[in-house]
Amino acid sequence: MLKVSFFFFLRCGFRNLNQREKKTSKGRGRERKMGWIGETMDSIRSLQIRQVLNQAVSLGMIVTSALIIWKGLMCITGSESPVVVVLSGSMEPGFKRGDILFLHMSKDPIRAGEIVVFNVDGREIPIVHRVIKVHERQDTGEVDVLTKGDNNFGDDRLLYAHGQLWLQKHHIMGRAVGFLPYVGWVTIIMTEKPIIKYVLIGALGLLVITSKE
Amino acid sequence: MHSFLYRANAVLTFSVMVLAALCAMASFSDYLNVPSPNAYLKVVNINWLQKQPNGNDEVSLKLDISADLQSLFTWNTKQVFVFVAAEYATSQNALNQVSLWDGIIPSREHAKFTIQTNNKYRFIDQGSNLRGKDFNLTLHWHVMPKTGKMFVDKIVITGYRLPETYI
Repeated sequence: MLKVSFFFFLRCGFRNLNQREKKTSKGRGRERKMGWIGETMDSIRSLQIRQVLNQAVSLGMIVTSALIIWKGLMCITGSESPVVVVLSGSMEPGFKRGDILFLHMSKDPIRAGEIVVFNVDGREIPIVHRVIKVHERQDTGEVDVLTKGDNNFGDDRLLYAHGQLWLQKHHIMGRAVGFLPYVGWVTIIMTEKPIIKYVLIGALGLLVITSKE
Repeated sequence: MHSFLYRANAVLTFSVMVLAALCAMASFSDYLNVPSPNAYLKVVNINWLQKQPNGNDEVSLKLDISADLQSLFTWNTKQVFVFVAAEYATSQNALNQVSLWDGIIPSREHAKFTIQTNNKYRFIDQGSNLRGKDFNLTLHWHVMPKTGKMFVDKIVITGYRLPETYI
């Protein structure tokens, strides 16, 4: 079964990038001595209110711009989670664990062969599999869809809720349109080793707060 | 001058940007490839056509599939997923797509193939409309890239017909 997690940490990633860019431009021509802790304490002590406000505003800008990018992607793609990480190998060799997929949710009807992300009632983690059968009603336009993982032997009826034979439109969250290998490992590592996440976030926060203008 | 951290930061940022640009260019280069695939599909035999106890018709058939998909491969292609689906309309359903066979083509060398096979997935209708039904066979392909945008297309071959009676 190919599970995916929402790409929450993409926000984090963007934040990091933004910061890096800021850092590199800010840091030019500024002499910095080593001696981390002492310097940090000094800089905290010597902060003026104006500086504090400045830092707070720039931190706010970084966070909100990341949020804007994420929400903007949601609007453009029409999908609740425009980017997902592949967590298992049921679509191998096409998609491996740690790859990321870009989703798109359009009004176009679902057709066989498309790779869709769907939610099953009673399952928390959405699944990415390929559509192998489609039955579209004449009068209402409703669809019955059956999916299967490329690397799985049988179809997905065993994964669906008990007694469920078909997926309907409302189960489907989006279809995969783009692919980027390996990038999702960042998320997987952070989810499985939360301590790394906290250390990273803490260090970045400290850097933002203590960086001098 | 700049501390080690700033240098590391700059190098990392720059390399990530270059990598992103390369990925975008690789994906974009796929648009320069104009593929000319061809396919030949034939129903060799209808093994049987029956009504299941729950009232749905099911058919078993033997297919002859040959295709040349070599032109789909570019340097950014990881694999091509290919499948054959039966497509038909009934009074109840405007469109039925039933996958009959699929395969993964890992490289250009394997992209020209001929195969004779029974349907890999069950061909079951929603209802009992399969007797005397006209249907299309469609060869779909899904080009999965090493990075970037995925491409899909198909070849539709019309004019197949199921038998008038259960066999």
